[in-house]
Amino acid sequence: MKLTRIEPLADNEITFTFDGKVISAASGDTIAAALLAAGVTATRHTPVNGSARAPFCMMGACYDCLVEIDGVAVQACMTEALPGLQVQRTTLSASIE
Amino acid sequence: MSKVEPAELVIIGAGPAGMAAAITSANYGNRVVLLDEQPSPGGQIYRNVTHSTHLRDKILGTDFQHGRALTSKLKQPQIDYRPNAKVWRVDDDGQICYSIEDKATRITGKQIIIATGALERPVPVPGWTLPGAMTAGAVQILLKSSGLLPTQAVLAGAGPLLYLLAAQMIRAGVPPLAIVETQQRRDYISAARYLPVAMGNWPLLGKGLRLLAEIRRAGTPRYTTANNIKITGSSDVQGIQFSSSGKHHEIECNCVLLHQGVVPNTQISRLLRLTHSWHPQQHCFVPNTVAHGKTDNPIFQIAGDGAGISGALAAEHQGKLCALNALQQLGAADQTIIETEQSVTLKQLNREHRARPFLDTLYAPPTEALAPASDTIICRCEEVTAGAIRQQIPKGCTGPNQTKAFSRCGMGPCQGRYCGLTVTEILARENALAHDEVGAYRIRAPIKPVTVSELASLHE
Amino acid sequence: MEPEYAIIGGGIVGLSVAHGLLALGKRVAVYDEGDNGIRASRGNFGLIWVQGNGLNLPAYSLWTRRSAAAWRDFADEIEQQCNTRLNLKQEGGFRYCLNEDELADVAEQYRGLAAQTGDDYPFEVLGHNALRHEEPNIGPNVAGATLHHEDGHVNPLALLRSLATLVRQQGGQIFNSITIDKITRSNSKYALFSGKHELARAQHVVLCSGIGNRTLGPSLGFKASVRPQRGQVLITEKTAPLMRRPSDVIRQVDEGGVQIGASAEEVGTDDRDSLAITAQLAAEAQQLFPALSNVNIVRGWGALRIMSPDGLPIYQHSKTHPGAFFVTCHSGITLAAAHAKFLPLWIVGHSDAPDLECFSEDRFETHPN
Repeated sequence: MKLTRIEPLADNEITFTFDGKVISAASGDTIAAALLAAGVTATRHTPVNGSARAPFCMMGACYDCLVEIDGVAVQACMTEALPGLQVQRTTLSASIE
Repeated sequence: MSKVEPAELVIIGAGPAGMAAAITSANYGNRVVLLDEQPSPGGQIYRNVTHSTHLRDKILGTDFQHGRALTSKLKQPQIDYRPNAKVWRVDDDGQICYSIEDKATRITGKQIIIATGALERPVPVPGWTLPGAMTAGAVQILLKSSGLLPTQAVLAGAGPLLYLLAAQMIRAGVPPLAIVETQQRRDYISAARYLPVAMGNWPLLGKGLRLLAEIRRAGTPRYTTANNIKITGSSDVQGIQFSSSGKHHEIECNCVLLHQGVVPNTQISRLLRLTHSWHPQQHCFVPNTVAHGKTDNPIFQIAGDGAGISGALAAEHQGKLCALNALQQLGAADQTIIETEQSVTLKQLNREHRARPFLDTLYAPPTEALAPASDTIICRCEEVTAGAIRQQIPKGCTGPNQTKAFSRCGMGPCQGRYCGLTVTEILARENALAHDEVGAYRIRAPIKPVTVSELASLHE
Repeated sequence: MEPEYAIIGGGIVGLSVAHGLLALGKRVAVYDEGDNGIRASRGNFGLIWVQGNGLNLPAYSLWTRRSAAAWRDFADEIEQQCNTRLNLKQEGGFRYCLNEDELADVAEQYRGLAAQTGDDYPFEVLGHNALRHEEPNIGPNVAGATLHHEDGHVNPLALLRSLATLVRQQGGQIFNSITIDKITRSNSKYALFSGKHELARAQHVVLCSGIGNRTLGPSLGFKASVRPQRGQVLITEKTAPLMRRPSDVIRQVDEGGVQIGASAEEVGTDDRDSLAITAQLAAEAQQLFPALSNVNIVRGWGALRIMSPDGLPIYQHSKTHPGAFFVTCHSGITLAAAHAKFLPLWIVGHSDAPDLECFSEDRFETHPN
């Protein structure tokens, strides 16, 4: 999915990292918005079947946009993208047993 | 551990209903605590309205800008507005647990107004879990909060929001590739009989017609009477397939925006074990309320779309009415003044309700979205298909809770928000039972996940 | 066709007994409540637990161990016939102790029990370091644990679902969403009523309806001394493997979530959860496994255990109503194998029937209610 910004980033730009990769975002973006804007397709893979997922509802209801910050799973759509934040993909892979 | 903070009136949710309730309460000199999950007030409808830009205002239109009429009145000493507050537990004695920045806190309200609004109805079509498939509301949120829009999107489903979003995308210069509309000819016929009453809210209908004209002028393709919608792609969205007027269509795109209207967010009312009833016209469960918001529990009222879908303007009136009820309960305002304001607000509310049956009937969700084909995933969290639900039925599942135990459907972090209605619908159809007989998931705390340490921090 | 055995209650206990009776060639019908019935079978902890059982009655220790020993065959049979997985693991389980004194006390109790049951009680006492070797994520404040090698766990919901499938496969009938509220005896048969409607007749009736036995039991000559006891449980999001073995208060389930539990409250039939108890459970879990601190809890619930006055099962053949049986316990998962394989022999009066005399209601003086 490709998104476009209707307004230029200008001096509004901040950066954070996602799995070590630098992501540029507008100040005030949620992590979910910033990842989508940066062209990240799958933001996680499910622990059940390993299927690719990305933000879906953007309002904190579906839990499909889970990412990890400091080892805690958080909703990317409910978390502001702050400068310097280190965000990781959730580490849990499918089939735990 | 922190003490429980006592409060007279607590409102959960700062959308139109919650904001109107807070403002009304403050107008009577009554202090109110307003808890909201988002960093700024407005709810989803007026999301980020306090930080909007000139360009976004222009694209989103005057209905959106109206939100500032409410947000501007929140800055007063009587309103203790607490943003970023995630409510994760509510008990029937009025105790609310919420977290701000992962710190858990408790507050107890003598009166509580639940104004948690609506969720988009789940639209479980093949491929709806692929990256690139989102709800139409999600993209509106991206537009409102970040000025972001998808460049190659197809809008699919039914309902006023679909046209609103299409028009907004057109205004932004990023029009959708197409609109795939699922309402059928019979929906127009069924809706026609509600049209005369709906004319009582002419401004609303007029707006709808202007949106359609705007879309027509832009030349955005509209595929009507569509069905058999399927989103294609293996690791992300590559296109959409559907039938329209009897012909098969395929459109290449990397984004599909789904919408079949909105339904009440009943997580808190279910958690409180308040009674609910099936709303046949809106195809969803609605908490039972009397006198515009009063529930089975005298502490709790429900305002806005959470009490049944009526839209943003109606939510404002409902919020006001709930606040007046609460003030009455608290003995915090003069009875005759309250009654006068109640009757004025009721008239405004009734006007807002007039177009509802028409819209609900015209944009009724199609069967394929309500009870999808067996290979379609309905529980996004546990990846359970409609077929897996149907397989539980011969094992004796007549309701969603045994079905959940047997299939894991609804056991994930979303707590059944995106599969609950589908499971009820499938069971109702397969067992030939009424929706009220089938019932709904039991909802348990925490209604939003909290870490073990957050919960442990409240141990005495 | 009229069932020979009508089983009241379609939870783990009722279905285990039904499965066993069907295997003995009996015609069986099970009557089960609806979606919102009080169901211990849907809220339990999934343990097949031996250690500490029967400290007050060694015969109970032997009974649970007999069931635990039969569980592997029981699970294999179900998995094969239902083409499913129960994820049974019987590789031992821990009872954690937060201080040395508690650990010494527990070990002493187990040694006493071992002495009373033929010195065959395979448990070990692990101090902190030994425990840490077994459970690397264990918290620094845990003094140690007893490890009983016969303990284990299973997916209890998969068991419930599979038993419902298996009983039907065996030719048993299961009637769902039916509340039997009256049973009468006429012409040496039992008539089952729901409201005013007589639903069926059967030669024998087996009450396995948990707390429902309290209502139905007295009319069939039982003391029916059972009461609900609430337990609260939390479950976390799926997480990386954090613990190797289950314990009586915490275990990692086969799907990846961590289940936290083991509270006990006397609150009647209120099956809600409470902040006070769930917060306490979270605090205790965090102490046992500090790495859990950052893990999200996705759900909590309350469920009702079915308790007799001494906490042990009740197996009773009615003295006034021949052919009427009363079956109850609070550990339906542990005892499922025994209820499927041995209890039915006792119900049909087989010569190989286990001696269940010590679980008779005779041990209770009067009706407690």
